[in-house]
Amino acid sequence: MKRFLISLVMAALCGYAVAKEAAPTAEDVVVEKRMVAISEELRCLVCQNESLAGSQADLAKDLRREIREQIAKGRSDQEILDFMVGRYGDFVRYRPPLKGTTFLLWFGPFVLLVVGVIALVVILRRRGRRVAPAAALSAEELQKAEALLRLAEKDKP
Amino acid sequence: MNKFLLPLGIFIVLVAFLAIGLNLNPREVPSPLIGKPAPAFELPQLHKPDATFAPKDMQGKVWLLNVWASWCVSCRQEHPLLVELAKSGIVPIYGLNYKDPRDDALRWLKQFGDPYVLSIVDAEGRIGIDYGVYGVPETYVIDKAGVIRFKQIGPVTQDALEKAILPLVKELQK
Repeated sequence: MKRFLISLVMAALCGYAVAKEAAPTAEDVVVEKRMVAISEELRCLVCQNESLAGSQADLAKDLRREIREQIAKGRSDQEILDFMVGRYGDFVRYRPPLKGTTFLLWFGPFVLLVVGVIALVVILRRRGRRVAPAAALSAEELQKAEALLRLAEKDKP
Repeated sequence: MNKFLLPLGIFIVLVAFLAIGLNLNPREVPSPLIGKPAPAFELPQLHKPDATFAPKDMQGKVWLLNVWASWCVSCRQEHPLLVELAKSGIVPIYGLNYKDPRDDALRWLKQFGDPYVLSIVDAEGRIGIDYGVYGVPETYVIDKAGVIRFKQIGPVTQDALEKAILPLVKELQK
Protein backbone atom coordinates (compact mmCIF):
# COMPACT_ATOMS: atom_id res chain seq x y z
CA MET A 1 0.00 0.00 0.00
CA LYS A 2 2.82 2.36 0.95
CA ARG A 3 4.63 1.62 -2.26
CA PHE A 4 1.48 2.24 -4.24
CA LEU A 5 1.03 5.63 -2.57
CA ILE A 6 4.62 6.63 -3.30
CA SER A 7 4.32 5.72 -6.95
CA LEU A 8 1.04 7.61 -7.13
CA VAL A 9 2.69 10.72 -5.73
CA MET A 10 5.59 10.29 -8.14
CA ALA A 11 3.27 9.92 -11.07
CA ALA A 12 1.49 13.08 -10.03
CA LEU A 13 4.81 14.93 -9.75
CA CYS A 14 5.75 13.69 -13.20
CA GLY A 15 2.72 15.33 -14.73
CA TYR A 16 3.53 18.50 -12.81
CA ALA A 17 7.04 18.56 -14.22
CA VAL A 18 5.78 18.23 -17.77
CA ALA A 19 3.22 20.96 -17.23
CA LYS A 20 5.97 23.27 -16.02
CA GLU A 21 7.69 23.37 -19.41
CA ALA A 22 7.53 26.86 -20.86
CA ALA A 23 4.98 27.29 -23.59
CA PRO A 24 6.44 29.10 -26.59
CA THR A 25 5.26 32.67 -26.84
CA ALA A 26 3.65 33.91 -30.02
CA GLU A 27 6.78 35.79 -30.99
CA ASP A 28 8.92 32.67 -30.66
CA VAL A 29 6.76 30.87 -33.18
CA VAL A 30 7.21 33.66 -35.70
CA VAL A 31 10.97 33.80 -35.14
CA GLU A 32 11.20 30.02 -35.38
CA LYS A 33 9.25 29.96 -38.64
CA ARG A 34 11.49 32.59 -40.19
CA MET A 35 14.59 30.82 -38.89
CA VAL A 36 13.47 27.54 -40.49
CA ALA A 37 12.60 29.28 -43.76
CA ILE A 38 16.04 30.89 -43.93
CA SER A 39 17.95 27.82 -42.87
CA GLU A 40 16.19 25.67 -45.46
CA GLU A 41 17.86 27.86 -48.07
CA LEU A 42 21.27 27.10 -46.62
CA ARG A 43 23.50 24.08 -46.88
CA CYS A 44 25.08 22.60 -43.80
CA LEU A 45 28.78 22.54 -44.62
CA VAL A 46 29.56 19.71 -42.24
CA CYS A 47 27.07 17.28 -43.78
CA GLN A 48 26.77 18.73 -47.22
CA ASN A 49 23.61 17.02 -48.36
CA GLU A 50 21.54 18.32 -45.50
CA SER A 51 20.06 21.75 -45.13
CA LEU A 52 20.92 23.87 -42.15
CA ALA A 53 17.34 23.41 -40.98
CA GLY A 54 17.55 19.63 -40.83
CA SER A 55 21.09 19.08 -39.65
CA GLN A 56 22.01 18.02 -36.15
CA ALA A 57 25.67 18.92 -36.60
CA ASP A 58 27.11 21.22 -33.94
CA LEU A 59 27.92 23.92 -36.44
CA ALA A 60 24.36 23.83 -37.78
CA LYS A 61 23.02 24.36 -34.26
CA ASP A 62 25.37 27.31 -33.79
CA LEU A 63 24.35 28.80 -37.11
CA ARG A 64 20.67 28.41 -36.28
CA ARG A 65 21.34 30.21 -33.01
CA GLU A 66 23.09 32.92 -35.01
CA ILE A 67 20.09 33.26 -37.34
CA ARG A 68 17.68 33.47 -34.37
CA GLU A 69 19.78 36.20 -32.79
CA GLN A 70 19.97 38.16 -36.00
CA ILE A 71 16.20 37.92 -36.45
CA ALA A 72 15.84 39.23 -32.90
CA LYS A 73 18.12 42.11 -33.86
CA GLY A 74 15.71 42.97 -36.65
CA ARG A 75 17.87 41.97 -39.62
CA SER A 76 16.09 41.16 -42.87
CA ASP A 77 16.23 37.70 -44.48
CA GLN A 78 18.49 39.05 -47.21
CA GLU A 79 20.90 40.51 -44.68
CA ILE A 80 21.11 37.18 -42.87
CA LEU A 81 21.74 35.30 -46.13
CA ASP A 82 24.44 37.82 -47.02
CA PHE A 83 26.00 37.28 -43.60
CA MET A 84 26.27 33.55 -44.28
CA VAL A 85 27.54 33.95 -47.84
CA GLY A 86 30.14 36.46 -46.64
CA ARG A 87 31.59 33.80 -44.34
CA TYR A 88 31.01 30.52 -46.12
CA GLY A 89 30.75 31.52 -49.78
CA ASP A 90 28.05 30.99 -52.40
CA PHE A 91 28.25 27.27 -51.82
CA VAL A 92 26.13 27.56 -48.65
CA ARG A 93 23.16 28.65 -50.72
CA TYR A 94 21.04 26.00 -52.37
CA ARG A 95 20.11 28.63 -54.95
CA PRO A 96 23.41 30.28 -55.81
CA PRO A 97 23.28 33.78 -57.29
CA LEU A 98 23.58 34.24 -61.04
CA LYS A 99 27.05 35.46 -61.93
CA GLY A 100 30.07 34.67 -64.09
CA THR A 101 31.23 31.62 -62.17
CA THR A 102 27.75 30.12 -61.81
CA PHE A 103 26.67 30.75 -65.40
CA LEU A 104 27.40 27.19 -66.50
CA LEU A 105 25.59 25.84 -63.47
CA TRP A 106 22.43 27.76 -64.28
CA PHE A 107 22.37 27.45 -68.05
CA GLY A 108 24.44 24.33 -68.73
CA PRO A 109 21.41 22.00 -68.64
CA PHE A 110 19.47 24.21 -71.07
CA VAL A 111 22.44 24.37 -73.43
CA LEU A 112 22.60 20.55 -73.37
CA LEU A 113 18.85 20.38 -74.04
CA VAL A 114 19.12 22.72 -77.06
CA VAL A 115 22.11 20.79 -78.42
CA GLY A 116 20.14 17.54 -78.01
CA VAL A 117 17.09 18.88 -79.81
CA ILE A 118 19.21 20.23 -82.69
CA ALA A 119 21.02 16.89 -83.01
CA LEU A 120 17.69 15.06 -83.00
CA VAL A 121 16.22 17.25 -85.76
CA VAL A 122 19.35 16.92 -87.89
CA ILE A 123 19.45 13.14 -87.54
CA LEU A 124 15.73 12.71 -88.28
CA ARG A 125 15.98 14.87 -91.39
CA ARG A 126 18.98 12.98 -92.68
CA ARG A 127 17.27 9.66 -92.14
CA GLY A 128 14.11 10.89 -93.89
CA ARG A 129 16.16 11.76 -96.96
CA ARG A 130 17.89 8.39 -96.99
CA VAL A 131 14.66 6.35 -97.11
CA ALA A 132 13.63 6.21 -100.82
CA PRO A 133 10.21 7.69 -101.48
CA ALA A 134 7.71 4.93 -102.34
CA ALA A 135 6.95 4.81 -106.08
CA ALA A 136 3.29 5.16 -107.02
CA LEU A 137 1.62 1.83 -107.94
CA SER A 138 0.22 1.28 -111.34
CA ALA A 139 -3.45 0.21 -111.75
CA GLU A 140 -2.39 -3.36 -112.45
CA GLU A 141 -0.22 -3.57 -109.37
CA LEU A 142 -3.03 -2.12 -107.27
CA GLN A 143 -5.40 -4.86 -108.44
CA LYS A 144 -2.81 -7.49 -107.65
CA ALA A 145 -2.30 -6.12 -104.18
CA GLU A 146 -6.03 -6.03 -103.49
CA ALA A 147 -6.41 -9.62 -104.65
CA LEU A 148 -3.60 -10.70 -102.34
CA LEU A 149 -5.15 -8.86 -99.41
CA ARG A 150 -8.52 -10.49 -100.08
CA LEU A 151 -6.84 -13.88 -100.17
CA ALA A 152 -5.18 -13.21 -96.88
CA GLU A 153 -8.57 -12.19 -95.41
CA LYS A 154 -10.12 -15.49 -96.48
CA ASP A 155 -7.30 -17.53 -94.95
CA LYS A 156 -8.02 -16.08 -91.55
CA PRO A 157 -9.58 -18.67 -89.24
CA MET B 1 35.45 6.18 -89.39
CA ASN B 2 33.93 9.65 -89.36
CA LYS B 3 30.79 8.21 -87.89
CA PHE B 4 32.56 7.25 -84.65
CA LEU B 5 34.61 10.40 -84.31
CA LEU B 6 31.83 12.52 -82.80
CA PRO B 7 30.66 10.03 -80.15
CA LEU B 8 34.28 9.33 -79.29
CA GLY B 9 34.94 13.05 -78.90
CA ILE B 10 31.91 13.46 -76.63
CA PHE B 11 33.00 10.44 -74.60
CA ILE B 12 36.50 11.82 -74.10
CA VAL B 13 35.16 15.19 -72.96
CA LEU B 14 32.81 13.42 -70.54
CA VAL B 15 35.65 11.31 -69.13
CA ALA B 16 37.77 14.43 -68.69
CA PHE B 17 34.97 16.16 -66.76
CA LEU B 18 34.40 13.12 -64.56
CA ALA B 19 38.11 12.68 -63.90
CA ILE B 20 38.42 16.30 -62.74
CA GLY B 21 35.25 15.97 -60.68
CA LEU B 22 36.45 12.82 -58.96
CA ASN B 23 39.73 14.43 -58.01
CA LEU B 24 38.15 17.50 -56.46
CA ASN B 25 37.49 17.38 -52.76
CA PRO B 26 33.89 18.43 -52.12
CA ARG B 27 34.75 19.23 -48.52
CA GLU B 28 37.08 22.01 -49.57
CA VAL B 29 34.79 24.92 -50.04
CA PRO B 30 36.71 27.99 -51.24
CA SER B 31 36.57 30.65 -48.57
CA PRO B 32 35.23 34.06 -49.56
CA LEU B 33 37.44 35.54 -46.84
CA ILE B 34 40.67 35.15 -48.78
CA GLY B 35 41.98 38.58 -49.70
CA LYS B 36 39.80 40.19 -47.03
CA PRO B 37 40.88 41.59 -43.66
CA ALA B 38 40.85 38.99 -40.90
CA PRO B 39 37.65 39.54 -38.86
CA ALA B 40 38.37 41.42 -35.66
CA PHE B 41 37.87 39.88 -32.24
CA GLU B 42 39.16 40.22 -28.74
CA LEU B 43 39.17 36.95 -26.85
CA PRO B 44 40.60 35.72 -23.53
CA GLN B 45 43.77 33.67 -23.70
CA LEU B 46 43.77 30.00 -22.83
CA HIS B 47 46.64 30.11 -20.37
CA LYS B 48 45.91 33.59 -18.99
CA PRO B 49 42.12 34.03 -18.97
CA ASP B 50 42.49 37.62 -17.75
CA ALA B 51 44.57 38.67 -20.74
CA THR B 52 43.09 39.02 -24.21
CA PHE B 53 44.40 38.82 -27.73
CA ALA B 54 43.21 40.62 -30.85
CA PRO B 55 44.37 40.21 -34.47
CA LYS B 56 45.31 43.89 -34.56
CA ASP B 57 48.08 43.10 -32.03
CA MET B 58 49.78 41.30 -34.91
CA GLN B 59 49.89 44.29 -37.27
CA GLY B 60 53.12 44.26 -39.24
CA LYS B 61 53.75 40.54 -38.82
CA VAL B 62 52.94 37.49 -40.88
CA TRP B 63 51.29 34.86 -38.69
CA LEU B 64 49.28 31.68 -38.75
CA LEU B 65 45.95 31.24 -37.02
CA ASN B 66 45.30 27.58 -36.37
CA VAL B 67 41.82 26.51 -35.27
CA TRP B 68 42.04 23.50 -32.98
CA ALA B 69 40.20 21.57 -30.30
CA SER B 70 41.05 18.73 -27.97
CA TRP B 71 38.09 16.73 -29.30
CA CYS B 72 39.30 17.04 -32.88
CA VAL B 73 40.95 13.88 -34.12
CA SER B 74 42.61 15.32 -37.24
CA CYS B 75 44.22 17.98 -35.04
CA ARG B 76 46.45 15.26 -33.61
CA GLN B 77 47.49 14.35 -37.12
CA GLU B 78 48.78 17.82 -37.93
CA HIS B 79 50.06 18.62 -34.46
CA PRO B 80 53.62 17.25 -34.76
CA LEU B 81 54.08 19.35 -37.91
CA LEU B 82 52.97 22.47 -36.09
CA VAL B 83 55.26 21.74 -33.15
CA GLU B 84 58.15 21.35 -35.57
CA LEU B 85 57.23 24.54 -37.41
CA ALA B 86 57.04 26.43 -34.13
CA LYS B 87 60.54 25.19 -33.20
CA SER B 88 61.94 26.40 -36.52
CA GLY B 89 60.74 29.91 -35.64
CA ILE B 90 59.84 30.72 -39.25
CA VAL B 91 56.40 32.02 -38.47
CA PRO B 92 54.47 32.52 -35.21
CA ILE B 93 51.44 30.26 -34.78
CA TYR B 94 48.46 31.41 -32.76
CA GLY B 95 45.82 28.91 -31.73
CA LEU B 96 42.08 29.44 -31.73
CA ASN B 97 40.76 26.91 -29.28
CA TYR B 98 37.35 26.17 -30.72
CA LYS B 99 34.42 25.08 -28.53
CA ASP B 100 36.56 23.28 -26.02
CA PRO B 101 36.44 23.08 -22.22
CA ARG B 102 39.49 24.89 -20.85
CA ASP B 103 40.71 21.93 -18.77
CA ASP B 104 40.57 19.57 -21.74
CA ALA B 105 42.43 22.05 -23.93
CA LEU B 106 45.19 22.60 -21.38
CA ARG B 107 45.61 18.88 -20.81
CA TRP B 108 45.78 18.26 -24.54
CA LEU B 109 48.56 20.81 -24.99
CA LYS B 110 50.47 19.32 -22.08
CA GLN B 111 50.19 15.88 -23.63
CA PHE B 112 51.04 16.68 -27.24
CA GLY B 113 53.16 19.82 -26.92
CA ASP B 114 52.24 23.48 -27.36
CA PRO B 115 53.31 25.02 -30.68
CA TYR B 116 51.32 28.20 -30.09
CA VAL B 117 52.67 31.55 -29.03
CA LEU B 118 49.33 31.67 -27.28
CA SER B 119 45.88 30.21 -27.72
CA ILE B 120 42.65 32.12 -27.48
CA VAL B 121 39.36 30.68 -26.34
CA ASP B 122 36.30 30.67 -28.57
CA ALA B 123 34.04 28.75 -26.25
CA GLU B 124 30.81 29.28 -28.18
CA GLY B 125 32.23 29.11 -31.67
CA ARG B 126 31.19 32.67 -32.55
CA ILE B 127 34.56 33.76 -33.86
CA GLY B 128 34.68 30.47 -35.73
CA ILE B 129 31.53 31.56 -37.58
CA ASP B 130 33.12 34.93 -38.41
CA TYR B 131 36.09 33.10 -39.90
CA GLY B 132 33.88 30.66 -41.79
CA VAL B 133 35.17 27.67 -39.85
CA TYR B 134 33.20 24.54 -40.62
CA GLY B 135 35.61 21.74 -39.87
CA VAL B 136 38.40 21.83 -37.34
CA PRO B 137 41.36 22.00 -37.95
CA GLU B 138 41.68 24.99 -40.22
CA THR B 139 44.69 27.22 -40.64
CA TYR B 140 44.81 30.79 -41.89
CA VAL B 141 47.83 32.65 -43.20
CA ILE B 142 47.46 36.33 -42.30
CA ASP B 143 49.77 38.97 -43.75
CA LYS B 144 51.37 42.09 -42.30
CA ALA B 145 48.34 44.21 -43.12
CA GLY B 146 46.02 41.75 -41.38
CA VAL B 147 44.60 40.31 -44.60
CA ILE B 148 43.82 36.59 -44.88
CA ARG B 149 45.94 35.22 -47.72
CA PHE B 150 45.39 31.49 -47.50
CA LYS B 151 43.21 28.98 -45.73
CA GLN B 152 44.12 25.37 -45.18
CA ILE B 153 40.97 23.34 -44.68
CA GLY B 154 41.58 20.18 -42.70
CA PRO B 155 44.91 19.14 -41.23
CA VAL B 156 48.12 20.80 -42.37
CA THR B 157 50.13 18.21 -44.26
CA GLN B 158 53.83 18.14 -45.06
CA ASP B 159 52.87 18.67 -48.68
CA ALA B 160 50.66 21.67 -48.00
CA LEU B 161 53.29 23.14 -45.71
CA GLU B 162 56.12 22.85 -48.24
CA LYS B 163 54.21 23.69 -51.38
CA ALA B 164 51.70 26.29 -50.24
CA ILE B 165 52.08 27.66 -46.75
CA LEU B 166 55.82 28.18 -46.31
CA PRO B 167 56.49 29.68 -49.77
CA LEU B 168 53.58 32.07 -49.21
CA VAL B 169 54.83 33.01 -45.73
CA LYS B 170 58.32 33.72 -47.08
CA GLU B 171 56.87 35.79 -49.90
CA LEU B 172 54.75 37.79 -47.47
CA GLN B 173 57.60 38.31 -45.01
CA LYS B 174 59.71 40.11 -47.62
